Amino acid sequence: MKFGVVIFPGSNCDQDTVYVLREILDQEVIEIWHKEKSIVDVDVVVLPGGFSYGDYLRSGAIARFSPVMDEVITFAKRGGFVLGICNGFQTLCEAGLLPGALLPNTNQKFICKNVYIVPENNKTPVTAKLDKNVPLKIPIAHGEGRYFAPDEQLARMRQNGQILFRYCNRDGEISEQHNPNGSMENIAGICNEEKNVYGMMPHPERAADDLLGNTDGRLVLESLIQTLEEKKISVFN
Amino acid sequence: MKFIAEINVMPLKALLDPQGKAVTQSMKKIGFSEVNSVRIGKHITMELEAADKEKARERVNEACHKILTNPIIEGYEYTIREA
Repeated sequence: MKFGVVIFPGSNCDQDTVYVLREILDQEVIEIWHKEKSIVDVDVVVLPGGFSYGDYLRSGAIARFSPVMDEVITFAKRGGFVLGICNGFQTLCEAGLLPGALLPNTNQKFICKNVYIVPENNKTPVTAKLDKNVPLKIPIAHGEGRYFAPDEQLARMRQNGQILFRYCNRDGEISEQHNPNGSMENIAGICNEEKNVYGMMPHPERAADDLLGNTDGRLVLESLIQTLEEKKISVFN
Repeated sequence: MKFIAEINVMPLKALLDPQGKAVTQSMKKIGFSEVNSVRIGKHITMELEAADKEKARERVNEACHKILTNPIIEGYEYTIREA
């Protein structure tokens, strides 16, 4: 697979993402500066974590209008795969590629810690290879991660299988007590209706290197890569 | 002509405003027991050029829709005056 990692001013997880994809998962990776006006020949676009444009106005609100985003939107509408991690997730919501929005955490704090998430279904490339009964330990690092969508929207998402991950405890129990940021229904990750655009607040790229003692995040990225390889999907072929 | 728009952006009423909640609790502790609730939003002052007030209103509306607010989570109101 060929990945394109977009770099906005203020992105700070871009190099971690490039490193994990290239060095650990052995994928081809190109870096895409946010001023680029075209995205050519990649299978997956990744919007990394960080604080694009200082998180001014709302997280992702300004990045959403970076020149490259028009291309990302076109790419996604043509069926290209897009993964937004943390700030990337916020940017995809602002761009309207994913439903809902991310609000300031209920406890008003920036939360940086390992949490557990459990995949909701196996129907998307990001979750296809994951065991629904095995919670993954992956770190979060955000101040605005409280997922919100209007009730009717959320009902549709539930029905369409658009909820990817929910926060839980180490045993997979999903409850308010194990909801770090006040997200509706403990939602940690979602996808669009067509299931080619994914957003998650936890950072899989920060849990992918053996040296860091936690590799659960690697499983998420591997699921995406293996599923796409199996389907031999390349939108430009 | 120059116009000044004063825009108030507020989190939708249905949403929890943790900042407002924290301030309410703190105010109660320091002698403002009569305060029932505080909600905190943003105030944006914008100077713009427009042919007339109606045109200015139109552009402010567009700006609020396109970038200044996220209608999923925020509402807004504004006033416009000649600069």
